[in-house]
Amino acid sequence: MNNRTKTRLLLDKLAHKAFLLSALFALLILGILIYRMGTQSIGWLNFEFLKNNLSIFPEKSGIYGAIIGSLRLMAVIAPVTIILGVSTAIYLEEYAHKGKLQSFINMNISNLSGVPSVIFGLLGLTVFGRMLNLGSSILAGGLTMSLLVLPIVVVSSQEAIRAVPNYLRDASYAMGASNWTVIRTVVLPSAVPGILTGTILSLSRAIGETAPLVVLGIPTLILKVPTSVMDDFTTLPIQIYYWTLDTVLTPEYANLAAATSIVLIIMLFLMNSFAIYIRNKFQKRY
Amino acid sequence: MKNLINNKENKVIYDVKNLNLWYGSDQALKNLDFTINENEVTAIIGPSGCGKSTFIKTLNRMIEMVPSVKTTGEILYRGTNLFDKSIGVEELRTKVGMVFQKPNPFPKSIFENVVYGAKIHGIRNKNQLMEIAENSLKSAALWDEVKDRLNDNAYGLSGGQQQRLCIARSLAIQPDVLLMDEPTSALDPIATNRIEELVEKLKKDYTIVIVTHSMHQAGRISDKTAFFLSGEVVEFGNTKDIFSNPKDKRTEDYITGRFG
Repeated sequence: MNNRTKTRLLLDKLAHKAFLLSALFALLILGILIYRMGTQSIGWLNFEFLKNNLSIFPEKSGIYGAIIGSLRLMAVIAPVTIILGVSTAIYLEEYAHKGKLQSFINMNISNLSGVPSVIFGLLGLTVFGRMLNLGSSILAGGLTMSLLVLPIVVVSSQEAIRAVPNYLRDASYAMGASNWTVIRTVVLPSAVPGILTGTILSLSRAIGETAPLVVLGIPTLILKVPTSVMDDFTTLPIQIYYWTLDTVLTPEYANLAAATSIVLIIMLFLMNSFAIYIRNKFQKRY
Repeated sequence: MKNLINNKENKVIYDVKNLNLWYGSDQALKNLDFTINENEVTAIIGPSGCGKSTFIKTLNRMIEMVPSVKTTGEILYRGTNLFDKSIGVEELRTKVGMVFQKPNPFPKSIFENVVYGAKIHGIRNKNQLMEIAENSLKSAALWDEVKDRLNDNAYGLSGGQQQRLCIARSLAIQPDVLLMDEPTSALDPIATNRIEELVEKLKKDYTIVIVTHSMHQAGRISDKTAFFLSGEVVEFGNTKDIFSNPKDKRTEDYITGRFG
């Protein structure tokens, strides 16, 4: 083997190692995060913690209210984004003529997905909080979050709809089907897994989001578990945020925040796994 | 040219009158003028890009899926101009079925594929649907091969079987005309042969227009042949005459394999 070949092989080995290290970096960070949260929440994360409501005594504090708040928030976001997002995607892909209006709407949806979440919070505060007088209720928070994730749902639904091969649409049109019949019987059945995957991923983004809710003025301390969409509420990330703010006065709050983080991460992990499961299960071959 | 054809035995289904078609500013069909008769097989032959597929797609207006298409002239379908505003494309396409180049069954069971058309046109009764499925599959010479596995996914069938399934699916809504756009181009010779036998059989009940790349196929199965070249019909007539005694030099060159 001559020297040049040797150098090349050595370079290849080095490159291999360097890329492997980069890939491991993310894993390392996740490891540190989980380790840190784990050690901090030992003794704090238990059944009582999940079941109890907030309390001024850290030992008696729990996140039941925040879990219910997050779930109820999702119950508002899911239907709103699915209905609006999928309808928009269907319009853009199946009805709109490829032209100025369509590309204008498309461009604005892309722009919208780049708008920072805190600005959606301001929009929510102005429109839902003040103008519609919804205050800082679950409905106001849910609608604000829906706006935030709507572009993601639209874009992922558009991709799912675009992935339905045209020859299937042609087969249906050639038998005298109307636009809507083709969408209902051919496009949606094939696109639903992709649409669901995108929706679940965007929901998991929404329940991890804090900034818009802070702007909406979600109260710091809620002792009442919300029972309707008009009630005030708190969510897991908001709870983490407020506890973290107060660790100087009450050091135990750091442990509570860590324990809550673990609960939140487990929730997100479950949702993402469910999305992947759906995607794999319904993946169709054409 | 039309006058050369003896139309006495068969009724005219399509009367193409001075048809021109443009994709944007490119003219794809030029002054087409010929007729398609009932219970006959009309073959459209010609080299790639000559407008064969474009033409067959005008017959059920599938060509309008392409946004930039403009047409002038008329196609009379049983006496009515099919570009007329009063004709709904949905109605036209239930009477004019189409089989595509590549078999395109839905990702559903064999049964669901066959009864798809019947279902979207409002037939819900189970027994009636079963009857439709059986009759259509028998007409498409597929029944014996699939009768025991009607609930299996259509993608489990071979290419040739899938194409016959697509034919069955088109027949299930009892069309008047069957358009076939190179239906055997993705199939092996044995499967091709079965489709050709089927076409032979189906022309008793349907009017068939078939686009084909293969002149031999046109010669074997068609009654009339239209030879397309650069968007024009160079020659149209009885298949026998065109193949034994072409009038135009270009037709002769094409069918003797000098180009195309």
